[in-house]
Amino acid sequence: MDLDQAKQTYIIEARELLDAMEEALLSVEGEGDPGEAINAMFRAVHTIKGSAGLFGLDAIVHFAHIVESVLDRVRGHASQLTGELVGYMLECHDHLGRLISDVQSEAQESPESIQDGERILALLAPFLGGGLAKAAPAVPASPAPRAEREAPGRDCWHLSIRFSPDVLRNGMDPLSFVRYLKTLGEIVHLASIFGTMPERDAYDPEECRLGLEIELDTQAARSTLEDVFEFVREGSTIRLIPPNAKVEDYIQLIRDLPEEDRFLGEILVAGGCLTAHELEDALKLQKQETLEQGSVPGRMLGTIVIQENAVPPPVVAAALEKQKRFQEQKAQELRVVKVSADKLDRLVDLVGELVIAGASAHVQAAQSHGGQAAALLEATVTVNKLVEEIRDNALSLRMVQIGETFNRFRRIVRDVSLELGKSIELQIHGADTELDKSIVEKLGDPLLHIVRNSIDHGIEPLELRRARGKPDAGTLSLEATHDSGSIIIEVSDDGGGLDTTRILAKAVERGLVKAGAQLSEQEVINLIFEPGFSTADAVSNLSGRGVGMDVVRRNIDELRGTIEVETEMGLGTTLRMRLPLTLAIIDGFRVEVAGASYVVPLDVVIECLDLAPFLESEQNHLVNLRGEVLPFLRLREVFQIPGAVPERERVVVIQHGELRCGIVVDRLLGEFQTVIKPLGKLFRGARGLGGSTILGTGEVALILDVAQLSQLAVERHAPTRKRAQALAGTA
Amino acid sequence: MLHIEPSTHENEPCLRLEGELTIYFVAEARSLLGAALDQHPALLLNLAGLEELDTAGVQLLVWLKQEARRRGRTLSLFAHSPAVLEVFDLLQVAGLFGDALLIAPSAS
Repeated sequence: MDLDQAKQTYIIEARELLDAMEEALLSVEGEGDPGEAINAMFRAVHTIKGSAGLFGLDAIVHFAHIVESVLDRVRGHASQLTGELVGYMLECHDHLGRLISDVQSEAQESPESIQDGERILALLAPFLGGGLAKAAPAVPASPAPRAEREAPGRDCWHLSIRFSPDVLRNGMDPLSFVRYLKTLGEIVHLASIFGTMPERDAYDPEECRLGLEIELDTQAARSTLEDVFEFVREGSTIRLIPPNAKVEDYIQLIRDLPEEDRFLGEILVAGGCLTAHELEDALKLQKQETLEQGSVPGRMLGTIVIQENAVPPPVVAAALEKQKRFQEQKAQELRVVKVSADKLDRLVDLVGELVIAGASAHVQAAQSHGGQAAALLEATVTVNKLVEEIRDNALSLRMVQIGETFNRFRRIVRDVSLELGKSIELQIHGADTELDKSIVEKLGDPLLHIVRNSIDHGIEPLELRRARGKPDAGTLSLEATHDSGSIIIEVSDDGGGLDTTRILAKAVERGLVKAGAQLSEQEVINLIFEPGFSTADAVSNLSGRGVGMDVVRRNIDELRGTIEVETEMGLGTTLRMRLPLTLAIIDGFRVEVAGASYVVPLDVVIECLDLAPFLESEQNHLVNLRGEVLPFLRLREVFQIPGAVPERERVVVIQHGELRCGIVVDRLLGEFQTVIKPLGKLFRGARGLGGSTILGTGEVALILDVAQLSQLAVERHAPTRKRAQALAGTA
Repeated sequence: MLHIEPSTHENEPCLRLEGELTIYFVAEARSLLGAALDQHPALLLNLAGLEELDTAGVQLLVWLKQEARRRGRTLSLFAHSPAVLEVFDLLQVAGLFGDALLIAPSAS
């Protein structure tokens, strides 16, 4: 029995709706016509409230109800959506988010949160036009205001509900519906019907047997009432009879329901839908006709009603149209399946194992002899091809668009720029660029640091911008693009740029470099990634505590990515991150040193050569590639592998970002699909290793970290560094 | 959690229900209370300790009432807790039981 599943769905939906609300709120500030955005917000809050009612989440219903009322006034042009109100609405959004988090963690709402909710509602009071201003926080779910109280009975909606037997098992409680209906209007009359339940062991206490007959005095539209029962529609019998319906409608209801006619009839009489006289007449007429025609009574009366009050054809057409639309919508909903990320991760893990097992089978097949060997080999090749396809598909399942991550920054940029009194415009490009979900998740924090840094330190105060002849509003742009097997994310601002002299002075002061050290401009800029470095003169509460950029660098390193800075004094700064598309599986290129296998990610391999013909300088570790001089490293030396150097050494030329270098190995073994397994703690300090993988033979191969190796190649040779860098720069 | 403990009321044996009578515990409560009905010709249930009651819980009480009638026994509920009163009021089921509802002075 999974009672919580429906609630989980609610939480997910509510979060999506809140995101939609936030997006709408932020777009209101930017664009011209806010009408559609206001509608979107209203719908979001309305749905959150409605569904919360179904689960008996009174705190959410109460809060959302007031937010909805304010939005309704805005929608009806009774209130203006001012910048002030947008700010309040964002607070409402955050508060709803907290309430939903409480639901998720099954925590009680904390006193601070309740206080905060009341404070926000107090802020909204002026926008309610007095309509709901008195909604006392202590009363859960106050009834919606109605113009005037009308006479009871037939002026009410009649709701007749027989719940599906599975309602309770599905985690829903019909009580919540009643509570929610109370927020939509006044329940004039209500009768619960349990009928006669089975004896002793035949009774299943988890099966819902409840039926409700309700007279509801409300101004709500039919669709609103229908929506209340959205979650239980399946398997339940729900009938809504609008106010002032004909007597026959009620009689038909009596006939259609399984209970005793008189029993139901009396409920309707008690509710004021029918008079006792009308009921008597109807039942008498019914009996008479049954006697005359001897047919099934239930169907009889139904036919009479339809014949006597023939429903006009347009109504029928409209009803059919509506039904069709509903079915189409349902079909569309089915096209998207929500799957928990854990399940996907498990799938990718399994596919990883499958890749290894497939490779192993292939190795075995290749080594086998005898009559079946060729057929076996062919079969494994086919299997491996399919495995490869499955791998690509499984990985693409985890691909998500980066737009959602970027959009979160609209809010942050808005809040931070308000706090600092700067006017900043956020531009987003390439929001539809896709990358692995696990990377997107880990990207949030570093991006946040960078964006805050840009706003805080990058974009100048207004006076300075004017003095420099820049537009008043600063521009911050987030951009994502694909580039050969990696994704590039750029954060640029049109601010003051990095001041290299100040950075150098600060670094000397902090003891990061010696006074008088000769550093290239790029090296000075890279100092901002050193631990404990910050140039901000005033430590604001946003950034500038010196914990920013080194953490960013480390986060990016953990993602097997790189980060670089491009800056021009007075014109702006661009931070460029290059990240792999996925963390789990790569196409690798296998090489061998002293009998052990190493794997280089295939997409960085430019070409493979013999070392000897291209050797430029053994002493300086340089090769000459058709006129281009590149530094190289011997893996044997990097990892201090003992053993004799073979006669013929090979070079794998790799390119990482702007850097190009050669890696010298003993043998080239060819392409190899690689499942990346993280290295244990023991290896964390090892430079140049990015992970490990298991070969088809069961041996372990180490995956080389190209970013670190190419850095190492350039750094290792102090005398040639300048030259290599200059060369790398032109490469 | 739901606890059902024997107790006495005006020198009569009774059962005291404490905690939640909800979908999570109705199956357990059904067997315990169904058996109790066979043992006591006039079963008394003290509801003072019920902190939560949902539709499944109400339905169980209604079923118990029906079972009592079928087995020629009686079932009486007393000392309804505020949670029980709220639900009985919402579903208008007090009439099905025919017990006196005593409203504590503090309850509104």
